[in-house]
Amino acid sequence: MNVMSQTVKTPGADIQEETPLLEIRGLVKRFSLSGDFLEQLRFKGGKLVRHQEYVHAINGVDLAIRRGEALCVVGESGCGKSTVARTVMGLLQPSAGEIRYGGSRIDNMSTRELMPFRRRMQMIFQNPYASLNPRMTIQQTLEEPIRLHHPGWDSTRVRDKVAEVMASVGIAQDWGTRYGHEFSGGQRQRIAIARALAVDPEFIVADEPISALDVSIQAQVLNLLMEAQQQHNLTYLFITHDLAVVEHFGTRVVVMYLGRICEVAPTATLFSRPRHPYTQALMSAIPRLEDDRPQHLRLKGEVPTPVNLPSGCVFHGRCPHANERCGREIPALIDTAEGSQVACHGVEEGRIG
Amino acid sequence: MALLDVNHLDVRFGMRRGELQALRDVSFSLDRGERLGIVGESGAGKSVAAFSLLNLIGKPGYIAGGTIRFDGQELTSMSDRELRHIRGHRVSMIFQDPMMTLNPVLSVGEQMVECLKAHRRISKREARAIALHKLEQVQIPSPEARLDQYPHELSGGMRQRVIIAIALLLDPDIIIADEPTTALDVTIQAEIMALLLELCEKHNVALILITHDLGVVSQVTQRMLVMYAGRVIEQGPTREIINDPQHPYTQGLMNALPQMATPGSRLNQIPGSMPSLDNLPSGCAFHPRCGFVQRDDGSHRRACEDNIPGFVTSGNCQVACHMVAEMLERDRIPAEETSR
Repeated sequence: MNVMSQTVKTPGADIQEETPLLEIRGLVKRFSLSGDFLEQLRFKGGKLVRHQEYVHAINGVDLAIRRGEALCVVGESGCGKSTVARTVMGLLQPSAGEIRYGGSRIDNMSTRELMPFRRRMQMIFQNPYASLNPRMTIQQTLEEPIRLHHPGWDSTRVRDKVAEVMASVGIAQDWGTRYGHEFSGGQRQRIAIARALAVDPEFIVADEPISALDVSIQAQVLNLLMEAQQQHNLTYLFITHDLAVVEHFGTRVVVMYLGRICEVAPTATLFSRPRHPYTQALMSAIPRLEDDRPQHLRLKGEVPTPVNLPSGCVFHGRCPHANERCGREIPALIDTAEGSQVACHGVEEGRIG
Repeated sequence: MALLDVNHLDVRFGMRRGELQALRDVSFSLDRGERLGIVGESGAGKSVAAFSLLNLIGKPGYIAGGTIRFDGQELTSMSDRELRHIRGHRVSMIFQDPMMTLNPVLSVGEQMVECLKAHRRISKREARAIALHKLEQVQIPSPEARLDQYPHELSGGMRQRVIIAIALLLDPDIIIADEPTTALDVTIQAEIMALLLELCEKHNVALILITHDLGVVSQVTQRMLVMYAGRVIEQGPTREIINDPQHPYTQGLMNALPQMATPGSRLNQIPGSMPSLDNLPSGCAFHPRCGFVQRDDGSHRRACEDNIPGFVTSGNCQVACHMVAEMLERDRIPAEETSR
C-alpha cells in the first residue's frame, strides 16, 4: 500500500504538494432498495428468482483533495454530493473503490484503527437543529469529542480547551450551561463548528453548513469558516448547491451529476469559462441581481432516477449537444488547457467551446 | 383604483403569555397584472402577511386591525362563506412544499376537477377538458397521462407545475406564491420561475411573490417590500431598491451576499440576529444591529432607540428609517437656502 504513495513522490519535491491529504479512487456507493433476502425473492416464469434493485448514488468518483484548499462539491439534489461526504467520513461504507487519508487507506479500517483519523477529520452538518443533542448542555457537547479523543486529559485541561474553542468562534462563556434549543440557527451552527474544531482537526467536511440559515446569518457563518481556515490551517471539503457561495469560498470546484464528476476546475476558471454543458446550464440558472430577465439555458426534462442509470454519459438525455457517442460511451475526465478536467465527449472532440 | 389595497394591517397571535404582534402597520397596494415581491428573513412576517390576505392564518392568530380591499370589496369583514368565493377563485395560492399541497390519495385530474366543480357549475367532462388545457399551459410533457397519475409519481418540479396549473384553473386575478421554488433545485427553480412569469404576463395575473432570495425577486418582480420583525421597512420599485437600497437592513442584506464581495475576502455580515416578536427592542426594531445609530460625527441618534420610525419618501421608495429621514432633511434645507 505504501509503495504506491512512494512512487508518486519524486526526490526533493515538496511532499505536501505531492501527496494529497485525501484521495478517493473509483468510489462507488449503491443503496439497496430491495430489502432483505426474503423480500428479494420473486416468482418469474414459474421460477423463484432473486431480484435486486439499487440506487446508484456514486458511480466511480476519483478525487484528490490537496492540503489547505477549500474544495467545493456542487450539484443538484440526488447527485451524490452528500454521499461522497459521508463516505469520506466513514459514516457510510463504500460499495467499491478506496479512500486514502494522507497516504493510508481508511475505508476498510476497523472503528478502533480509525480513531486517530477521526480526530483529524471532523464534520459539520446541514441542519443545526438536528445535529446538537437536545439533552446535552453546550459545555457537554463541546467536551464530548475532547474526552473521547484525549482520554488522558484531566478535567481542567478539557475545560481550558473548551474555553479556548468557544472564544475562537465567538461564543460567550455563559452559553456553556445552556441547551441547544435555546439558540437560533446561526448560533447553533456556531456551536457545531466549535465542536468540530475542539479536537484540532486538519480536515473538515461541511455538508451544506449554511443552507438552512438566513441570508444575513449565512455571511456570519461563512466568515467564521474562513477565519477558522486561516487560524487552524484547515482543509475543507465543502458540499453545497449554492454557486454564489462556491465562487466566494472555494479554491477548486467539483461539479457532480448523477453520481459522476462532470468537471473539476479552479474556481476562477470554472466561473469564467465553464466547459461541461451541465456546468454551463447550472451557471446560467443562478438568479442574478444585475439582469432583469433570466437568460438561462433550458435543459430538457429532469434528472433521471439513479435506480436505472442512463447508458453512456449520464447527462446525455438532457444535453443539447449530445450525439450518438454520448449515449453509448461513458466519458472520462480529460485535462484541458486551463488546468481543469472535464468529462465530456463534446469538449474532447472540440464540438463544445 | 388598485386591485388590492392593504392598509395598516395588524395581525396578532393571542398566546398564553400575552399577545404577539406578528404584523404591524403593513400597507401596500397591487395593481392588475403587477408583480410584487415580499422579501425578508424567516420570522419577518412575510408569510403571515400573505396568509392574512385571505384570512388563512389559523388560530390563535387573528387580524386585529387594518383593511384589505380587493376589487372594491372589504375582505376583513367578510364571512367565511363569502371568502370562499374569492379563495382559489379570484386569488389563488402556491405554497412552498409541492408534496404537502397536493392530496396524495387523489389523482392529479381528480384534484383539478374537484377544484373546478367547487366554483363552477360544469360537468365532469368539461372540467377535465379545462384541466387538460391548463396542464398543457404549464408545459407538462404528456399532460393526458398526468391527469390519471398520483402526486407521488411525479418529480418535485413536475408537482410544482401541477400546482401552478391548479392555481391558474379558475383564471384568478392574483396568485400568491409563498417561496414557490425554495424546495427545488437551481435548474428546476429557474424553469419554474420563468414559467410563472410567462403565465402571469400572458394572462395579466398579478403576482405576490414571497421569497428570501433577492436574486429571484430582482428578476421576477416590479415592486418589492422588505420586511423586518413584522414591519415593512422599505418598499418601492424593485430595480431601485436592488440598485440603491436605502434602509441599513436592506443594505446589509445585499452586502452580505457572497456575490457582493471579492472572492475569498471577508463578507460584510450584519451582526446579531433578528429579534423574536415577543421581545422586540424599543424604537426601531433594527437599531441593535444597525451601524448607523451613531452619526458620522460620533453623536448618538436617540430617535432610533425611542421612536418607531415612520415612512419617508426617498426617490420612488418608502423607507422607515430615522437616519434616512435625517439625511433627507439635511439635503432639503440647504437646497431651500440656496434657492432663496
